[in-house]
Amino acid sequence: METENQQKRNIIFHIRRFDPELDEVPRWQKFTVSVEPGMTVLDGLHHIKETQDASLSWRYSCRMGVCGSCAMLINGIPTLACNTQIMDVTSQKLTLAALPNFDIIRDLVPDLTPMFRDHVSIQPYIQRDDNKEMENPTREFFQTHDELEEYLQFTYCIKCGCCAAACPTMAADRKYMGPMPLAQAYRYNKDSRDGGQKDRNDVITASHGVFSCHYAGECSNVCPKGVDPARAIQHMKKDLVLGYLRLRKDKKPCQVVGIPTGESKPAIAAPEHTVK
Amino acid sequence: MKDKRSYDNHLGIVGWLGGGRWGIERYLYTLHRVTGVGILLFFIIHIFESSLRILGRETWDAVMEVMTNPIFKAGEILVFAAFAFHALNGIRLIFIELGLAVGKAEDPIYPYRSSINTQRSLMIVTMILSALLMIAGGYDLIFLGH
Repeated sequence: METENQQKRNIIFHIRRFDPELDEVPRWQKFTVSVEPGMTVLDGLHHIKETQDASLSWRYSCRMGVCGSCAMLINGIPTLACNTQIMDVTSQKLTLAALPNFDIIRDLVPDLTPMFRDHVSIQPYIQRDDNKEMENPTREFFQTHDELEEYLQFTYCIKCGCCAAACPTMAADRKYMGPMPLAQAYRYNKDSRDGGQKDRNDVITASHGVFSCHYAGECSNVCPKGVDPARAIQHMKKDLVLGYLRLRKDKKPCQVVGIPTGESKPAIAAPEHTVK
Repeated sequence: MKDKRSYDNHLGIVGWLGGGRWGIERYLYTLHRVTGVGILLFFIIHIFESSLRILGRETWDAVMEVMTNPIFKAGEILVFAAFAFHALNGIRLIFIELGLAVGKAEDPIYPYRSSINTQRSLMIVTMILSALLMIAGGYDLIFLGH
């Protein structure tokens, strides 16, 4: 018990607060929290809400880095509150603020609407002509492992908005689509089952689209899921340039796998026992 | 639906500078933009200055007299440094934007390695070349007086 108390430490939370009914501009407020090893920033916020100020607001859901709701600026870096242990990032002072490059709704709650609007505009779903097969699937589509690997990394995106908050182009260009929607456009463009590249490319090659990215790389540095949007965006630029110069064939969506013939393949011999 | 007013939290151009907690590529991004604007400004002044020849020899000689001012010499050195950085960093960006230095998609396994790590050696090489070009140009402008 004594060791536990020794490991505890008082940490001052500096939280940038904004109440739309009272404040013209955000204000900083200090809270002191007794932190023990293993406590996450999200735990600290809950502690403040339960014991010090019930009006403190933030967004959260899963508490385990899956939903992407609790993204905020923690000690100047956009990241997830549930994935960040307080003692890993500070020993005295912790600053928390809402994600920049979005409007603040209240306290630590950013308005992510523009990001999701751009996400919808890139049509983030598989598009094919064979509607009958899409609505009443009979068999799976044929996709090789290599084809899957081309886009799998970008499917792990949880749409938390950390990339947009870190992006310097987003900071100065309000109409820029941002790393998340662009990386997701690449994710679907690269999917061998998809045939919607043309519609998607019309959206992303417009002004404030993919060519507004100049590779500051910050989106990839801060992504809590290792999605690497900057990589997706550069590969998409390459594909667009090669397509424009007609050096790359248009991709046709893959077909469904063949009808099972009922014939069984020869059995693979089981390996010998290693222990006799 | 927006029932209450929200606070505009866009960082603007200040966001280019960050808070000192960003990666080096972000500073190269900012410097690339600043040097680009600087070189453009130089071109405008240069074209204006050259066009004054049309007003006759006397005006041209007067302009050349003004150009001997050390401020313009320092400006010349700065413009060359900006050019050296902008050109070499631009070559790095061309490689990157053609997908040549960012690597293929890979499984995100913690600690994550991103395309930033993949292009780091290219960044170091281009920055060394840029520094060598700056030193050579600086030596030429300062000591050889070209």
